[in-house]
Amino acid sequence: MSDRSAVKLSSQMAFSEEQSMLLDTATEFFRSKSALPVVRELLTDEAGYDAGQWQEMVDLGWLGLAVPEEYGGSELGLGAAVTIAEPMGRHLSATPFLSTQLFVQGLLAADENLKSELLAGVVGGAVGGVALFESNGNWHLDSPSAQVQISGAQALLSGTKTLVLDAASADYLLVLAALDGEPRLVVLPTSAIPSGAIQRETVIDETRRSFQLDLTRVEVPANHVLSAAQSTQALAKISEAAWLLLSAESAGGIAGVLDLLVEYLNTRLAFGRKIGSYQGLKHPTVDILIGLERSRSHLYHAATLVDAGESAQTALRMAKAESSDSFAFAGDRAIQFHGGFGFTYDCDAQLFLRRALWTQASFGDSAHHRKRLASLLL
Amino acid sequence: MAESAVDLTEFRAEVVAWLRANKPAKPDFLLPETFMEVGTDSQFQYLKEWQQSVYEAGYLGMAWPKEYGGGGMPQAYQDVVNAEMSRESVPFVPNTIGLNWAGPLILAIGTEAEKQKYIRGILSADDIWCQGFSEPDNGSDLAAATTRAVKDGDEYVLNGSKIWTSLGTYAKYMILLARTNPEAENRYAGLSYFLAPMNSPGVDVQPIRKLTGEYGFTQTFFTDARIPASSLMGNEGEGWKIAMQTLTFERGATGGQAGGLSMHAMSVSDVVELARTTMLDGQPAIEDPLIRDQLVQFLLEEQGDRLCNSRAKISQLTSERPTAIPMSSKLRGTEHRRRLCQFAVKLQGANAARWVGDRQAIAGGMWQRSYFNSFSATIGGGTSQVQANIVGERVLGLPKD
Ligand SMILES: Cc1cc2nc3c(=O)[nH]c(=O)nc-3n(C[C@H](O)[C@H](O)[C@H](O)COP(=O)(O)OP(=O)(O)OC[C@H]3O[C@@H](n4cnc5c(N)ncnc54)[C@H](O)[C@@H]3O)c2cc1C
Repeated sequence: MSDRSAVKLSSQMAFSEEQSMLLDTATEFFRSKSALPVVRELLTDEAGYDAGQWQEMVDLGWLGLAVPEEYGGSELGLGAAVTIAEPMGRHLSATPFLSTQLFVQGLLAADENLKSELLAGVVGGAVGGVALFESNGNWHLDSPSAQVQISGAQALLSGTKTLVLDAASADYLLVLAALDGEPRLVVLPTSAIPSGAIQRETVIDETRRSFQLDLTRVEVPANHVLSAAQSTQALAKISEAAWLLLSAESAGGIAGVLDLLVEYLNTRLAFGRKIGSYQGLKHPTVDILIGLERSRSHLYHAATLVDAGESAQTALRMAKAESSDSFAFAGDRAIQFHGGFGFTYDCDAQLFLRRALWTQASFGDSAHHRKRLASLLL
Repeated sequence: MAESAVDLTEFRAEVVAWLRANKPAKPDFLLPETFMEVGTDSQFQYLKEWQQSVYEAGYLGMAWPKEYGGGGMPQAYQDVVNAEMSRESVPFVPNTIGLNWAGPLILAIGTEAEKQKYIRGILSADDIWCQGFSEPDNGSDLAAATTRAVKDGDEYVLNGSKIWTSLGTYAKYMILLARTNPEAENRYAGLSYFLAPMNSPGVDVQPIRKLTGEYGFTQTFFTDARIPASSLMGNEGEGWKIAMQTLTFERGATGGQAGGLSMHAMSVSDVVELARTTMLDGQPAIEDPLIRDQLVQFLLEEQGDRLCNSRAKISQLTSERPTAIPMSSKLRGTEHRRRLCQFAVKLQGANAARWVGDRQAIAGGMWQRSYFNSFSATIGGGTSQVQANIVGERVLGLPKD
């Protein structure tokens, strides 16, 4: 077998003392503050999250984990953010943590004045978000149909963005629009959005708040438009952070639904036996465990490469593909193995399946990433 | 001994150079793919010589104590050797049962005399070991074993039969699970564990033909066979406990193994390579989008398992279920390999129908044979179904069947 074509991948993994402490703290935090009844209560809440809990996260410094020290962050990196996102996903907590991290990653590519103007605010609790996708459902971000035009000192936006996470809570959005046919990111303070331009969307994961954003007559100062090079860099950063943090939430989600399932398999009786004693249920549950173990391994490897500043695209896409599929499988089996109860709205398995399907569809599903991986690896 | 990264980097280079210089030439016969399939004298001789040369170079049993023939070095060195052996696709070392389960077991619980007597011969391949656990009527349910051992003076008299004995033809010793007390309060308490010499009178070994048509394992018959009483390990009645400890070594859940490869190294890369050269529906298989997708799925699994090994070393990332990775390792690895080989056959279009010996068989039919041979690991050492039970019950805490 020739050496030339051998697929060689690194197996590096590092986990710092800080990450370990953060993971412990966050695990305890979400376990105590985001029990499933609390999650259910928030399903019908307009904001979708508890402002007090968000403030506690801010106070713990979690919003600044991936923000450089010069802007008031702790500069621990995205690998540290992973240790928050994983337990958050496990308990289906839906704060604007994810959208704000994506905003931060994009903004880091912007001009100094924008960074110094906005990043400290984020560390202090301002909510950020990204408006990237459009109604065609395309995950490729290279040719948005939304437009931005520069006219003097102003930049004029037009078009419609969809699936904008947390837009109603956000203070700032990074909006993807085309300028002369080139994709650009635009920093948009939500105060500049006319009322009625943000419309709630109904998404499969009821813990999430998703919106359509009408950009008609939305104007920002021209210096809020990132350069072509900055935009390219920002989009890459945002995508990478999204793949990483969604993989973290999914790994957490698999662990959460596995807990739920194992508990039920150990209590529910059928034909005089605990249902977990039937191999038809036991063995697929072991498959869920294996999916969890592989997902976490891909996750922390990808985080290691990102923090080390190494090329991480392959590792990130692998993490996203593995965790999305494993989570969807776990949610699907969890419903089935709850029997009639599994078919009800009351059974918590559906919360996890909904989360899994939402995550699968966000920033590229597993087939999308495998297709890219095929060109990267084969 | 403190090991700096530099030490290991230099050491790695040294190992690679040695492996490249000393890797034996491909023989003119088909090699077996795992220790479970060594079926001819020439296969055995070839692999035994390879083990001898690896041991003489100091690359086997590196972390075992010096006084018994090991290297007395940190495990990290053996890990480097194992990884490089796999990368360089060198042959496996045949004394797997000795190196990876009997040896670590003896080092863990054996007497000083046992360590002195057995360890060196395991490393040098002078003493090949086999395992007598399974019986014709009792496999997965090992505790039902009926082979009898009756003490008679300073000997035990054995009657019964063990089956699927890998390396049975070549072994000098057998780790043997036999029933010393059929009347014990429960079936586990009646079992004892022996380090039994195979050249004893009354031990008869019969080869069994495998599904590939080749010979591999054996059936071992005991007819009033006499072995020294000193071959009892531990005490009478401790056989089940010791057998379970053996299985943790066998299934890779604990360290302590002497190293070396126990099977022909194979990776998804090899199948990617195959996909470049085989044609499917008139185009190279590698260009078919469905094939590409499946290859990536295999890579995802292979890389996931490799990364699980990395993560297993970071206790903060395994604290919730510390046994999950080691205990599922056999199940993950062997099922992955079986499906990978099955897929490799499917890459051959109409030529998938050929078999070893056919002039036009792709790669001499090796993938067809690999697929068949891959069942050795999904069945041997505890079937995948039984493994899934073990992981479900012991790792996840699910109720027993
Ligand atoms: C190549 C090879 C080499 C081997 N080498 C050795 C050796 O060196 N020494 C040795 O002692 N043994 C050896 N074995 C034997 C091996 O350990 C047994 O074959 C294995 O444990 C299964 O036992 P069995 O063959 O009796 O199958 P059975 O126990 O009869 O199993 C038949 C089927 O039933 C399934 N099954 C059984 N129990 C359960 C359960 N509780 N739940 C779900 N499914 C179940 C099994 O998965 C299998 O599919 C080897 C086997 C092979 C294939």
